[in-house]
Amino acid sequence: MAASSPSEAAQMSPAATDPPVTHAQAIAYLAGRHRFRTIEVLPWVLAIAAYFVFPDRMTFGSQVLVMVLFALSLDLILGYAGIITLGHAAFFGIGAYTVGLLASRLSWSEPISGLVAAAAVAALAGFASGALLLRYRGLTLLVLTLATTTMLQELGNFYKDFTGGYDGIPGLEFAPLFGRFDYDLYGHTIYLYTLGVLFVLFLMVRRIVYSPFGQALAGIRENVARMHAIGSPVHGRLLAAYTISAAIAGVAGALFTETNAVVTLGVFDFDTYSAAVMVMLILGGAGRLYGAFAGAVIYMVLQDYLSKLSPAFWQFGVGLLLVVTVLFARNGLLDLFERIGARMRQWVRR
Amino acid sequence: MFLFIVSVGLSVTMGLMGFVNLAHGAFAMAGGYLVLTLTGSLGVPFWLALIVTFVTVAAVSVLFERTLYARLYRASELDQVLLTIGLAFMAVAVYTYFYGPSPRTIVLPSYLTGQIDGGFRSFPVYRVFVIAVGIVLITVLWYAFERTNIGAKIRAAVDNRRMAQSIGIDVDLLFTLTFAAGSGLAALGGGLGIQLFGLNPSFALVYLVFFLLVVAVGGLGSFKGTLAAAVILGVFDTAGKYLFADLGGFIIYAVAVLILLAKPAGLYGRE
Repeated sequence: MAASSPSEAAQMSPAATDPPVTHAQAIAYLAGRHRFRTIEVLPWVLAIAAYFVFPDRMTFGSQVLVMVLFALSLDLILGYAGIITLGHAAFFGIGAYTVGLLASRLSWSEPISGLVAAAAVAALAGFASGALLLRYRGLTLLVLTLATTTMLQELGNFYKDFTGGYDGIPGLEFAPLFGRFDYDLYGHTIYLYTLGVLFVLFLMVRRIVYSPFGQALAGIRENVARMHAIGSPVHGRLLAAYTISAAIAGVAGALFTETNAVVTLGVFDFDTYSAAVMVMLILGGAGRLYGAFAGAVIYMVLQDYLSKLSPAFWQFGVGLLLVVTVLFARNGLLDLFERIGARMRQWVRR
Repeated sequence: MFLFIVSVGLSVTMGLMGFVNLAHGAFAMAGGYLVLTLTGSLGVPFWLALIVTFVTVAAVSVLFERTLYARLYRASELDQVLLTIGLAFMAVAVYTYFYGPSPRTIVLPSYLTGQIDGGFRSFPVYRVFVIAVGIVLITVLWYAFERTNIGAKIRAAVDNRRMAQSIGIDVDLLFTLTFAAGSGLAALGGGLGIQLFGLNPSFALVYLVFFLLVVAVGGLGSFKGTLAAAVILGVFDTAGKYLFADLGGFIIYAVAVLILLAKPAGLYGRE
C-alpha cells in the first residue's frame, strides 16, 4: 500500500463530503453521516423511470443492474476495506454456477431460494479462500486471487460432463417468481425482480458501511499498523467483509444466470468480469456506494453502444477511460461532478 | 525459457522499481508483432529483427515511462494496477484493429529449424537457440547488475531512493533506463515466443497471468528467483499437460499458489 503519512491517516474521513472543520461540526457530521439524503432517491427513481421509458430494453437493463450489484460487492472490500483483488469474478462465477447447476441437475428452479443457495456457497468459498489469502498483500495477493480464479475456470473445464465446459449450460428454465409471475420475452419481470434484490442488498451494504464495523474497515484501509496497535482484530474484520462481499457477488452471479438463462465458463474470465467490475467501480468512484451505480451504468451503456461499432473500439475505450480516470479523476466521476458542482456554486456566490 | 526472458523483464520493472506493471504483456506482444512485420513483409533477417525490436520497444517504452508511469511512482498499487490494465486493454484493441484477431506465426530461417542430435534424444534447434539466448541474457544481466557501476547505482536507488538522490545519483534517469531495459526484454521474449506459443492480440492479457506468476513465485527483483520460478513452473506445466492432459493449465496455478502460500515473498524475495 501507499506509505501514508501520519497526518493523512489522522483524518480518516471518507471521501464523501468536505472534511469537518470545527469540533461541533465534526460531531454533527459523524452523527448525521448515515442519514438518508434526498438525492439518494435519484438512482431508484431513474431505475423505475427506465422501466417505463425503455420497455423493450429490459433484458439489457437487468444485466446493468446485475453489474451494479457486482460492483457494489467489490466496493465493500476494495473501496472500504482496501483489499485489492483481481479475482472477484470467482464468486460471481460460483454464484452463477450454483444456480445453473441446481436448475439443470437437480431441477431446483425456484429463483429466490436459488439466490440464497448461491449466496451461501459463495460465502463459504469467500470464507475459505479469504482465511488463506487475506494474510497476504500487494503483488502476492494480486497473483493469488488471479490464479485462484483461473484455477476455478480450469476445474470447470476439467469436469466438462458436469459443467458443460466452455459451452456452458444452455437453456435453463426457472420457475415463476413467487410461483405467480412468469417471465416474458422482454424481461419486464426479471428487471423488477433484479431491482428488488439490488435494493434490499444495497440497504444491507449501506447499513454495514456506516456501522462501527464499516468504520473499522476504513481504518484498516487507511492505516493497518494503527488498527493493529489499537487492538482491532484486523484479519477477522477483513475476513468478515470478504465473506459478505463474496456472498453478494454470488447473488449477482446467480441473478446473471437467471437473467440470461445460460451460464458458461466465461464468467470466470479476467478481462470480461474481474477487470470489468473493477473498471466500473473506479469509474464511478470507489468507497462511496453510489459509485457502483454510476460506473456500471456508464460502462454498460458505452459497451453496448461501442461494441456495435467494433469490439476493438470498445476495448480501446475501456483502456482510455481507465487511464484518464486514474490520471485526472482519481476518485471517480461522481467525485468529479461534486467538485465541479462545488466550484460552480463558489463561482455563483462571487 | 521464453517465460524467463519475458518475466525477467517484468521482474526488472516490478521488482526493482516497485511498480505493478500489468502492461508488461503488452510490450511483449508489441515485440512479437514487430518481429512479425520485420521478418514478414520487410524481409529483415530474424536475428536483426530481434535486435531492432529490443531497441525500438525499449525506446517507445521510455515515452510511456516519462509521460504516464513516472506520475504514479508514488501512487498506490491500485492506481498502478488500473493504469497499466488500461494500457494493456488499449494495446490489445490497437493490435486487433491493425493485425486482426486471428493467431499469426512466422517463418524461421532455415538454420533455426530442424533437430539437433543430443545423443540420447534429439532437440528442436529453435528451443536450443532460445535457451542459449536465455543463458546469455542471464549472464549479461547478472554482470550488469552485480558488477558494474550502473548496477550498483540501481541497487542503491532501490534500497533507499532519497539517499541515492542526495549523493548525486540521477534516480529518474536510472529508472527510465531500467524501465526501458525491462520493456525491451519483454519485447525480445515476445519475438522469440511467437514460434512456441503463436501470437494474437489477446496475448497481452492471456500470458500476463503466467508472467505475474513467475515474478511473484520467484520473488521481486531477484534474477535467480525469476529463473528458478520459470524453470519450476515450466517443468510442472509441461509435465502436467503431459501426464494429465485434461487438467491442462490447472497444475501450474496450483503449484504457484502453494509456493506463494508457503513463501509469500517468493522463493528468493526479500521479506
